[in-house]
Amino acid sequence: MEDQIKGRVYKFGDNVNSDIIIAGRYLIYIDPAQLAEHAFEMLGDGFPSRLRNFDILVAGRNFGCGSAREQAATAIKGLGIKAVVAVSFARTFYRNAINDALPIVECPALYDVVAEGDEISIDMAKGIVSHGGHEYGFPGIPASVAKILELGGLANYLKSTLEAGKL
Amino acid sequence: MSQTIAEKILARKSGQARVSPGQIVDAYPDLVMSHTATWRSVSVMKKIGARKLYDPDRLAIVLDHISPAKTEKYAADQQTSRNFAREFGIEKFYDVDAGIAHLVLMEHGHVRPGDLIVGTDSHCTIYGALGALGSGIGYTEVASVWVTGKLWMKVPTTIKLTLEGGFAPGVGAKDLMLHLIGRLGADGCGYKSVEFYGAALRAMSISERMTMANLAMEMGSKCVFIPPDEKTLEWLLSRLKDPASYEPVSADPDAHYEQSIGAELSELAPMVACPHQVENTKPVTEVLGTRIDQAFLGSCANGKYEDLAIAAAILKGRRVDPRVRLIVTPGSKEIMLEAMRSGVLATLMESGALVTNPGCGACAGDGGMMADGEVSLSTANRNFIGRMGSNKSSIYLSSPATLAASALKGVIADPREFYC
Repeated sequence: MEDQIKGRVYKFGDNVNSDIIIAGRYLIYIDPAQLAEHAFEMLGDGFPSRLRNFDILVAGRNFGCGSAREQAATAIKGLGIKAVVAVSFARTFYRNAINDALPIVECPALYDVVAEGDEISIDMAKGIVSHGGHEYGFPGIPASVAKILELGGLANYLKSTLEAGKL
Repeated sequence: MSQTIAEKILARKSGQARVSPGQIVDAYPDLVMSHTATWRSVSVMKKIGARKLYDPDRLAIVLDHISPAKTEKYAADQQTSRNFAREFGIEKFYDVDAGIAHLVLMEHGHVRPGDLIVGTDSHCTIYGALGALGSGIGYTEVASVWVTGKLWMKVPTTIKLTLEGGFAPGVGAKDLMLHLIGRLGADGCGYKSVEFYGAALRAMSISERMTMANLAMEMGSKCVFIPPDEKTLEWLLSRLKDPASYEPVSADPDAHYEQSIGAELSELAPMVACPHQVENTKPVTEVLGTRIDQAFLGSCANGKYEDLAIAAAILKGRRVDPRVRLIVTPGSKEIMLEAMRSGVLATLMESGALVTNPGCGACAGDGGMMADGEVSLSTANRNFIGRMGSNKSSIYLSSPATLAASALKGVIADPREFYC
């Protein structure tokens, strides 16, 4: 995982559910690229291709609510999105994102000041989002869990634990 | 002392005397459920090179979402899941004939009060109807629990929800939950455990409690508890292999609740969730006359025997409006058999219903897809855009009683006129 994540922002509202992120009919896939072709498709309106011009998703409350489908995080990663910054996340999406090595940031203060197309940068190590000359702090993920993100997701984490004979 | 139910279960399953909200523990689930997603967890095991399970007896697999297979891809994925179950000797394996995982596991006695159960489905909260801590996780995490036996979990804070009074005729558990979801919001209980209490609870059937614990997920709940009482124990008695083998958990009288909320059941009206969010709820009186093309009676929220019987009582001797396709999907084989033997299925079919095989059915997009501009009324738990077909179709959610009344009229209707 990169410590510094920079890029242009696409902004969503509250309660973006995981059915919107990837519809149930595509759960036959687990490959990020295949899933990304159909991410946010239910919104019509040029999705998902319009998201390919952005690097970071910003969202309101409860991002990823609804179904526990892990592919919601995988599909976003497949789009080339480097991080999601939300006011809050649904717990299953939060877990799945960590397990898929998609950096997620809970930063309510950013939401009202950021607009579509704005540049932001995220310092994962320091817990700071920078936007328009201002800095906004965010709590890091629990230390005991950070290792999973660092190793590139839960499968890699398990693999390295197995190989180290620690399982 | 002073512990909530979630705190006590997570302490017990992580080998600690007590735990506090916010603390992260390594908990050892009693059961890990995987449904149609099983093949994905199998692929993770392969990818990481794992060959051993922590404890095959803790796995339960139910092929429920797309059953039977409708494409070669589904068939191949189910084959992967079946082969895995055979190779590792998974005894709690249920094939495409069984029904919805949650209902099947409870019916077969695999869910006990005080258990910790995780699975590849957000509606694992339903196990709280029997006093177990149920919570959803992704398929990679399921594979991780298969192999390591454990899962990191954050100890949640708890909300106490006290129910008073009794339902008016034609109003029930689904209406209560739609009311609460509308009132508290889709994240009103986000990351939190919910404990239900109140005199009204004792009058509620196990089926109604399942509806409640299931729908509570739609207000973000991490887990839900309806403390076991004599009804729970009676329900479990014929189902558990060893009825003495579990340890029910209750909250301490001085347990700390983040919030206490009340609801008076007698004041509730039949409720409907309008497109495209479950929290977008209204009393049925505000949406009367809304045209419907399809009515779906099923799902882990409301595909149980009682739900089918409630609809059948309204539909008996009457005909579904010819503009409406009424699709009935019993939640499980056990439910379907009971409905067959009691005549409920015949009543539904005589009224014009199409009855499908047990499973998730239209709620998971397995049949019952909708075309552009069509409207479905559904007893399921989600009305998200495109969930049942075209993204230009829409879904309303209601109780089985409201669904039956509406199917007869061809428009959303108030069931209370059938209870006079």
